[in-house]
Amino acid sequence: MQQSEIIVVGGGLVGAAIAYGAARAGAAVTLLDQGDIAHRASRGNFGLVWVQSKGAGFPRYARWSRDAVAYWPELAKELLDLTGVDVALENAGGFWIGFSDAEVQARGAMLAKISDAIGGVPYEMLDHRELKARLPAIGPKVAGGSFCPLDGHANPLKLLHALHAGLMARGSRIVSSVDIATVARRGDRREFEAISTDGRRWRAARIVLAAGLSNRELAPQVGLHAPVSPNRGQVLITERLKPFLPYPTNKARQTHEGTVQLGSSVEDVGLDDGTTVPAIESLARRAIATFPVLSSARLVRAWGALRVMTPDGAPIYQESSSHPGAFVATSHSGVSLAAAHAYALGPWMAGFAKEPEDFAEFAGERYLDPARSFSNAH
Amino acid sequence: MHTETADRQAALFASEEAIGPNTVRIQFEDRTLCVREGTTVAAALLLNGAGPLRTTPVKSTPRAPYCMMGVCFECLVSVDGKPSRQACLTTVRDGMVIKRQHGASALDLSDEGDRHGL
Repeated sequence: MQQSEIIVVGGGLVGAAIAYGAARAGAAVTLLDQGDIAHRASRGNFGLVWVQSKGAGFPRYARWSRDAVAYWPELAKELLDLTGVDVALENAGGFWIGFSDAEVQARGAMLAKISDAIGGVPYEMLDHRELKARLPAIGPKVAGGSFCPLDGHANPLKLLHALHAGLMARGSRIVSSVDIATVARRGDRREFEAISTDGRRWRAARIVLAAGLSNRELAPQVGLHAPVSPNRGQVLITERLKPFLPYPTNKARQTHEGTVQLGSSVEDVGLDDGTTVPAIESLARRAIATFPVLSSARLVRAWGALRVMTPDGAPIYQESSSHPGAFVATSHSGVSLAAAHAYALGPWMAGFAKEPEDFAEFAGERYLDPARSFSNAH
Repeated sequence: MHTETADRQAALFASEEAIGPNTVRIQFEDRTLCVREGTTVAAALLLNGAGPLRTTPVKSTPRAPYCMMGVCFECLVSVDGKPSRQACLTTVRDGMVIKRQHGASALDLSDEGDRHGL
């Protein structure tokens, strides 16, 4: 049995960012990571740091996304100084690409609605000619697009590495290959215990469930509701190419090293994280329709990964009312929201800061309201 | 970087058979090489002391053929103007023009998709 002030169950981007923020605020943190049997959403994602279109119909989530990217440069610099890992943040803006006028008009209406709802999210709508001036590589089938200057991208694997290295630098304990099956309050004491499938135990006054798809089973054990389900995204990786794409787009980004990542499918296939020929073909066709120059690029990898999806696509953040000190955090935007998870959630969940304002809106019970219906746009 | 001297260094490898009548001519940088028909570009270049065939995209480190079975991607060269061909999986052909590849391959930015029905 090992004791600390706060246990974080889940060592992916969400858990590691919260744990890092808690450690930074001064907590003694134990991070429990499931290891190689985990679904590993944080190792298969796309790497966008994205604001535009987030939070349609959910203004608190739109505001949270906008605030989160504002914190990002500070997090990137802090991690570089502390760990020497450059997470390759580029935040000069990003483009969404549309293939029909109707699609572009609907996009404009949605972005206007989000911006009005939270007092301003900067964006521009661009027709083909205007977009071509900014992204010369677009092809003739592109109808137009939108640009948001707050958007960007980063290297998600380096971010995960930097957060883990930062935790170690701040004296936190990271335990790998721990499959937590049980979380419980010990008697009526304000102390929680996490028990692994092989019988190991960890105790702390506070516990954060950031276990991705496992949150569905873990959350009810401490009075929380986190009905997450898997949603597969397949992506393609090209060989390294000389720079041709100066900004990330919603379906393609060129990394610092020159590879182009092409995404991503949206599939409801349970826990199957494999790849399929039809999805790869569809992604490649769309990529070439967007940027015809990619027709001569060679693909070197494809993979599938499982998004941790909530019914409305927005995060769940909540402290248990029946088990105070137990928290749930779940989101499929572990990169975009990383800095907010570190700087706002970490101190709150570790007990150094109040719950951020209007956070009741992120409670998992919203899915139990029979008067509401949900769509996650994925 | 490669110098003229490096281009002409003694071959590390030798063929067990003398080159027979079935040979083809290939162009490698400024050299014309007479190589055995049916062999791979990588083998032909190694036998002729070609030295490094490419430099890496990020750190410009020199690289030469290594696995000779299509796995390591260290032997990438430009073949007849097409970048990033695996020399170890490409069979020589008379008149083939092979060039070293420096860094990442560049896309043809004049490609407007006309060739692809776009």
